[in-house]
Amino acid sequence: MSKPRIAFFDFASCEGCQLEAINFVEEFLVLLGHVDIVQFREAITEAEWDIDVSFVEGSITREQDIPRLKEIRENSKVVIALGACACTGGVNAIKNTRPLEDVRADVYGDKKDWFPTFPTRPIDQVVKVDGYIYGCPIDRNDFLKNVQLILQGKKTLRHNDPVCVECRLAEIECLLTLGKPCMGPITRGGCGAIDPSYGHPCTGCRGLVDDPNENAAMDVLAEHGLTVEDIRSYMTIFNSFRPEDIQ
Amino acid sequence: MKKNIDIHVHHVTRVEGHGDVLLNVKDGKVEHVALNIVEAPRFFEGMLRGRAHYEIREIVSRICGICACGHALASIRASEAALGVEPSEQVIDLRKIVLAGENLSSHFLHIFFLVAPDLFGVKSVLPLASTHRDIVVRALKLKKLGNDVSDVIVGRHVHPITMDIKGFTALPTVSALRDVQKQIIEMIPEVIDTVDLIASVADRIPDFKRETEYVSLGPIEGSNEYPFYDGIIKSSEGLTYYPAEYRKVTNEFITPDSTAKHCKHLRDSYMVGALARFNNNSDLLRPEAKAAAEKLGMIAPVHNPYMITVAQLIETVHIMYDTVDIIDKIIRRGILDEDYSYQPRAGTGSGAVEVPRGILFHHYTYDSKGRMENADCVIPTTQNLENIDQDFRKLAPMILDKPEEDISLLLQMLVRAYDPCISCSTHQLNVRFK
Repeated sequence: MSKPRIAFFDFASCEGCQLEAINFVEEFLVLLGHVDIVQFREAITEAEWDIDVSFVEGSITREQDIPRLKEIRENSKVVIALGACACTGGVNAIKNTRPLEDVRADVYGDKKDWFPTFPTRPIDQVVKVDGYIYGCPIDRNDFLKNVQLILQGKKTLRHNDPVCVECRLAEIECLLTLGKPCMGPITRGGCGAIDPSYGHPCTGCRGLVDDPNENAAMDVLAEHGLTVEDIRSYMTIFNSFRPEDIQ
Repeated sequence: MKKNIDIHVHHVTRVEGHGDVLLNVKDGKVEHVALNIVEAPRFFEGMLRGRAHYEIREIVSRICGICACGHALASIRASEAALGVEPSEQVIDLRKIVLAGENLSSHFLHIFFLVAPDLFGVKSVLPLASTHRDIVVRALKLKKLGNDVSDVIVGRHVHPITMDIKGFTALPTVSALRDVQKQIIEMIPEVIDTVDLIASVADRIPDFKRETEYVSLGPIEGSNEYPFYDGIIKSSEGLTYYPAEYRKVTNEFITPDSTAKHCKHLRDSYMVGALARFNNNSDLLRPEAKAAAEKLGMIAPVHNPYMITVAQLIETVHIMYDTVDIIDKIIRRGILDEDYSYQPRAGTGSGAVEVPRGILFHHYTYDSKGRMENADCVIPTTQNLENIDQDFRKLAPMILDKPEEDISLLLQMLVRAYDPCISCSTHQLNVRFK
């Protein structure tokens, strides 16, 4: 049996998720023994199509990204959204919360028309996506678990239990009780509650659980002394994208 | 022979982000040569407006996966200057380790994964995994070491967790610091071997010189530290500035070919990064790094931009030894439990930090509630872009007699030498709110 042909692509992003993928030595070398990497612009010059699994990092932020993403979809048996930017729009979607003309003028002044852009969207708003690896950045262990599942033709992990569940299991002191704006109650788990384990509130980078009770979460945060303005702001660092932004 | 050449390298590989190399030659004359930045702009400015002081570094570290800690640090320094917050000596020492880890990790990634394949005549590091497995294993180990050094302080290099304005949300234990110090000491011979390895293939580094202006941090008065975290702005033309005066140096301008801005100071362009730091501050390197420089034939000032990679390698030697000493200092002092709370206030401030690709500026204005009114950020690659174009204009006419494939490779190798961080360069923060 020939080895699966995998590829990495990126759109608007920091490329940190691809870097995380090569940030573990032994596992990466083991992985190399099981797959052929046929496209990975950041690391290799070769570029071939006919791909089994494409990992796509980044959000879609302009017209010219769409045909490129569709080409990747047409040439790949499986497309996986890699990281927050691809899964949920990530921090790139914060720009959707302001009028685009203002945003462009802020950066490029009277030259703004040279640089077209449109509201940020996750990749599944443009093409069919077969699986998601969440997080900003992706969690290494979660990535490896998911890669094993993908190579066996199985579905990626949905992680519908909030970060709080893992936090409790790890017996970490609740940051809400310390008055910190933690997104743990409504954020997808799977990261081992990494932020709270370092005394840092969860920023919601893995996206919200299915059907999150945002109002209840806001009530909990407000009970701990945070203003509505603070809470709304913190909630939108990673979770600004709304489907109606692009209709 | 009057030659016509039309080179368009779409999305140069083995660089961070998306850039195209263009060369048009008509009747033996270069009509156009440029690096065009085609990365999607991300408009970070809109993300910061009105945001609370404690959210800022969270967002800006996402500008770049390679220099996430550097962005976080420049951001924190700008915020502290604006909010009137002074970090403790312990915090500064820990931050220096974070920055050291990031510079190590990024330099090793560049040297081994992005540049070495050209020196060994292969298309990527992957074929080297079978022909030179020991080198690839060393590359991965050294890259990981850099990450581990940052991780012990900030939890995760991409993107740092614990690092905040004034302090940290969690401090490392002495035993964790000792472990990472031991790892560094164990890996020093691997770095010295790498110096010998690169010295053995140094004749494959293209010979090309173009003198330019070199801009980096310089030592603050009375300090003899090779500056990464703290310093004044220093130009090789003999001028110095305070970080808050950075706009006098950067003078950003916009070109239609590029979603990133360009910069110039006293000459047509200037260079930032490892070679600029080496040229401006090589007398402050540690003896071990000076010895490596001698082995590699590097005597400042070096005017060959292809040697940026070699300057990075010399810096890794310096950083390895220096970090061992900083950790010793922290362990001698013991980990102190300090109060990292502060009150926001209105103010304006700048932060300048040497990240892997050069000097990085963040500049913020906060209102009285500690919400962002105005932010500006000038990225190393943005500062280098004009210098790359100027190098191209000198280099291209000199190599026209070579086969087209070789011309293309030399131009791409030049781009790679600068280790451009294109995602960063288009992620401008220039906010001028009315």
